Amino acid sequence: MKKKTVIEAINICKSFHDPITVKVLTNVSFSINTGEFVSIVGKSGCGKSTLLYILSTMDTSYEGDLLLDGTSMKNKRDAELAKVRNEKIGFVFQFHYLLNEFNNLQNVMLPALKFDKLSPEEIEHNAYEKLKILGIESEALKYPNQLSGGQKQRVAIARALINNPLIIMGDEPTGNLDKMSGDVVFNIFKELAEEYNQSLLIVTHDLDFAANTHRTITMEDGKIIGSEIGTATIEGKR
Amino acid sequence: MKIKLIARISLALLKARLKQTMVAAFGVTFSITMFIALLSFMGGLNDMLDSLILNRTPHIKLYNEILPSPIQPIAKSKAYNGAYHFVGHIKPKNELLDIRNSEAIIEALTHDSNVRGVAPKTTVPVFYNVGSINLTGVVDGIDVDAENRLFTFQDYVVEGNTIDLKNTPNSIILGIGAARKMLVQIGDKIQITTSAGIRFPLKVVGFFQSGIDEVDKVQSYTTLSTTQKILGKPNSYVTDIQIKLFDMTVAPSLAKRYHNLFETEAIDIQTANAQFETGSSVRTLISYAVGITLLIVAGFGIYNILNMMIYEKMDSIAILKATGFSGKDVNAIFLTIALTIGCIGGALGLIFGLGLSVLIGEIPFNTASLPTVKTYPINYDLKFYLIGAVFSVITTYLAGYFPSKKASRIDPVDIIRGK
Repeated sequence: MKKKTVIEAINICKSFHDPITVKVLTNVSFSINTGEFVSIVGKSGCGKSTLLYILSTMDTSYEGDLLLDGTSMKNKRDAELAKVRNEKIGFVFQFHYLLNEFNNLQNVMLPALKFDKLSPEEIEHNAYEKLKILGIESEALKYPNQLSGGQKQRVAIARALINNPLIIMGDEPTGNLDKMSGDVVFNIFKELAEEYNQSLLIVTHDLDFAANTHRTITMEDGKIIGSEIGTATIEGKR
Repeated sequence: MKIKLIARISLALLKARLKQTMVAAFGVTFSITMFIALLSFMGGLNDMLDSLILNRTPHIKLYNEILPSPIQPIAKSKAYNGAYHFVGHIKPKNELLDIRNSEAIIEALTHDSNVRGVAPKTTVPVFYNVGSINLTGVVDGIDVDAENRLFTFQDYVVEGNTIDLKNTPNSIILGIGAARKMLVQIGDKIQITTSAGIRFPLKVVGFFQSGIDEVDKVQSYTTLSTTQKILGKPNSYVTDIQIKLFDMTVAPSLAKRYHNLFETEAIDIQTANAQFETGSSVRTLISYAVGITLLIVAGFGIYNILNMMIYEKMDSIAILKATGFSGKDVNAIFLTIALTIGCIGGALGLIFGLGLSVLIGEIPFNTASLPTVKTYPINYDLKFYLIGAVFSVITTYLAGYFPSKKASRIDPVDIIRGK
């Protein structure tokens, strides 16, 4: 299978200036290919979340360059970045962030309605498909507050998938879940990577989780100190 | 599609906070209702008070006044050319009060395109004789038809009919105050004495009430020809020419022109009744100020509720932004919420305002000074409704502007990291 680079970080540096200047990221460079399931691990405060938000284009104050699908994200206007996030990046956060005013199906549909490329009927069909992949299509018409934590997180993943993004980013997506729900979510990620050729970049401090991904990037004090091939890849090579 | 999506999200947020939204909308409704009712009522009162004077007042009045001549003979003398004259004890010339050449002037005025109508009048100071007592009074000789047409004379005749004045020779319509003093009824005969000492009997055919007590005690009306008869003057004798114009605003400039053209004194309504204009405009100003204050207070209510909503929905805003909604979209969502509150509240306010005005307009309001008014006067001017509608939209837009701006600036990273 042809490997295509979906995201590339080039010498990313970032400092916080309030109250004193603290350098949180130093010359971070790496890239992710299509279908790769990458995890970032590190102690809390090592800058892994900060890096993720830079990669997700939500944080724009950094030095260095970020290429998404070969295009630089530097010097883009706010509205353009919003469009990039809408079309090319899917998010899963530690907290599900579903809108309680809408039912699960509508929550999943929202980013696609914003994208406005397909008709509402097609979007609804796609949303059902995504929920089916995650095994919660029966909950489609319920509201988020009627679901369990694990189910909510799966709805959030369906929402991240709706626009068929280049990459899915996750910030501790299993952090709030019990072991069993966490495993379910992990297996979904893995399935997405291996069966649907979806690129994934997950920040976690769960080392078991990380060990089962294709590649683990270890960070310390704002630097990448190691990048190891995970057990999943070894198994994958068979 | 995009508008529909934003409308949908706004609506969902509105529904989530239905009670507060309703309170905010009610604030707007209340203020618009009061605004409309207040202005309609104030407008009605203003119109009534103005008409009290304006209906009875000519736009321009031509008359003669006994004045010393502005150019004294010495000024024309060549010997003292350029010198300053000190002349003591100047006296006015013995001139008649009538307007010279009045028939020609009336003829010229009726052909003037600015003039709606002309009503000649002769004023005679008289004494009403009640037994051995003499009451001072003023009799106006009028052209009954012109007076009815231009000054709604009929409205102020509370008993009797103006047509009787025209058809009965030597008749009089007495001021109600004077009539009460003299204890007369319709059909009675009264005697008057002019300043020249001539006695004249007149038949009472009606009573007149202007609404101003002092006037009603002295003022009476007869026909022009009767007054001329009383005075023993020819029927060209007219002391005042009252002019109604199509456009009241040109009165001052026309008055000046007529003064020069007809060589009489000419006074316009604006000069004669300046205090009424001021009174009306101040009352209007106050009611606008109160109405707009109410609206601004409602605006603060909306501002508060939107601010609260934004704090509550911080997470939702963050996720909307994270999934590709731009700041502009978020801004639009909250502005839509504000404007929805404003439009619904405003529309209800206009309806309730109309209802309240109608209610006020039904309340009985009887006053001796205003014989034609039976209920509180209301001015149903479309202008008030337009202003109310525009202001409700503008204030809610402004009230929504700053919270929306704040919402659009929310940094999703801050919110998500804060968890």
